[in-house]
Amino acid sequence: MKALEKLVNKVKPSFEKGGKFHKLHRTFEAFETFLFVQGRVTYTGSHIRDAIDMKRTMMFVIIALMPAMLFGMWNVGFQHYNAIGLFDASLIDRFLFGFFKVLPIIVVSYVSGLAVEFVFATLRDHEVNEGFLVSGMLIPLIVPVTTPLWMVALATIFAVIIGKEVFGGTGMNIVNPALLARAFLFFAYPAYMSGEVYTDTTLKAGQMLVDGFSGATPLSFGALAASGQLSLAELNSSLPSVMEMFIGYIPGVIGETSTLAILLGAIILVLTGIGSLRIMLSVVAGGLFMGGIFNLFAVNPFMEIPAYYHLMLGGFAFGAVFMATDPVTASQTGTGKYIYGFLIGVITILIRVVNPAYPEGMMLAILLMNVFAPLIDHYVVQANIKRRLKRMNTSTVKV
Amino acid sequence: MEEYLNIFVRSIFVDNMVFAYFLGMCSYLAVSRTINTSVGLGLAVIFVLGITVPVNYLLENYVLGKGALAWLGPQYADVNLSFLTFIMFIAIIAAMVQLVEMVIEKFSPTLYSNLGIFLPLIAVNCAILGGSLFMQQRNYANIGEAATFGLGSGIGWFLAIVGIAAIREKIKYSNVPAPLRGLGITFIITGLMGIAFMSFMGIQL
Repeated sequence: MKALEKLVNKVKPSFEKGGKFHKLHRTFEAFETFLFVQGRVTYTGSHIRDAIDMKRTMMFVIIALMPAMLFGMWNVGFQHYNAIGLFDASLIDRFLFGFFKVLPIIVVSYVSGLAVEFVFATLRDHEVNEGFLVSGMLIPLIVPVTTPLWMVALATIFAVIIGKEVFGGTGMNIVNPALLARAFLFFAYPAYMSGEVYTDTTLKAGQMLVDGFSGATPLSFGALAASGQLSLAELNSSLPSVMEMFIGYIPGVIGETSTLAILLGAIILVLTGIGSLRIMLSVVAGGLFMGGIFNLFAVNPFMEIPAYYHLMLGGFAFGAVFMATDPVTASQTGTGKYIYGFLIGVITILIRVVNPAYPEGMMLAILLMNVFAPLIDHYVVQANIKRRLKRMNTSTVKV
Repeated sequence: MEEYLNIFVRSIFVDNMVFAYFLGMCSYLAVSRTINTSVGLGLAVIFVLGITVPVNYLLENYVLGKGALAWLGPQYADVNLSFLTFIMFIAIIAAMVQLVEMVIEKFSPTLYSNLGIFLPLIAVNCAILGGSLFMQQRNYANIGEAATFGLGSGIGWFLAIVGIAAIREKIKYSNVPAPLRGLGITFIITGLMGIAFMSFMGIQL
């Protein structure tokens, strides 16, 4: 550590004003703050003394993502070995297979995203923010493991530039960059993202797929049922059991299958005060409400499955805990958060069961509400102003 | 009833005038700076679309279309006035806009001055004429359906302009790159909103 500090301090002058590499001083600063707490203090204005800063906030989110990521790695291996018929592969084998499939996606997402971030920081002379640390972790977890790496890179670059940097960087974006990357892939390369088969089926010499292997995700059965191609009985027999869905050894996108792991993440986020419990709960409430309504007026078999199934299917839990609660793009006001979350839940279920074109609705529902969050905030604030004015007026009348 | 609901929801979300057809962009981009003025313009567009589409529906079916004049007598059965479609539609729209303009000037002079030239320009807002032409193309069964469609399209446009106005008020404090400030970033936001609205594509009630 000491040696590292010495090195940093030794090269520091060449990045300062007048130094050789002054142009790259933002890059240097980013590495320096990543390694050490900076010795800078503010001299003017008011200060807030608080141990929590952006770096720490983002680190907590990444810690909260760990259970989902580790489980996702294992599940990738689990699905793969089941697909090739090696049902007795050991836990370590399964995990390592997934690890070596998922790790490249994470690396590509971080490298391409951070490269864009550093270029913009250098050109526009703003600080490199830690915001991308979370986005770069979220993107690998919401793509299928079968996504080619160049696609991950392309989507990440698109999302960081169009979703974030054109608005001025971390904290100023309108839509969640990770979701934008996913939406970009979804609309640009629908063949890879349609939710049909998310299992890695690359075979080594001598391996073959088991008979009758489909690898279809539960939601793709749902979509079939929604368009009337499956009856309720057929749908029920194709859907995994509640326990399977809750623990998450079902086919699906890397990080989103395990409701249990996501719940662990949610507990970490809520306890540390980083994720908004209001949003999470109201998303769940919205989903249950809409699921219940469809149960009452079911026109297709997918509407008849119990409402709580929806909470464990597809990306619902992951979206509710990690995506909807993004502090930048969510509603900022207390009441607004309830409205925002509730509508996300409602629209997700609506898209799932009514729209046969999309098997999953979580991503698009959150994007849609991201877009309308400023409007919700505006009206919540206006209502507050009106109420207070009224209170003030009546009290002056009394006097 | 189901048919009306279907048309209504489709015209607001699925066939949204701004995000699906990119109609009415000029006033959408120009008047979306603050929420209050955009609410005013949005309401004016809802009103104009809600009135002109059914009126033009009557015009189309009883005056202009092929054989529409048959109710006058058998000798008019093959009169076809459809070459007058555009000019008649525009005339109806312009008349309605005049009405709206007078009402707004009377009841809300602030809004009237805020909207400025864009209020009379509703007459040439492509979303309005587009509404009437879509009505003609889609052959709605009766005037009720046409009115539902007009109202729904207006509400869709209203949602779009109010939504972007709120975003523009929020990003007023963002450090947007200088070349993109103003209209550039608004176009990008519109594209992002378009992606978000694609969630409704394909919904059939």
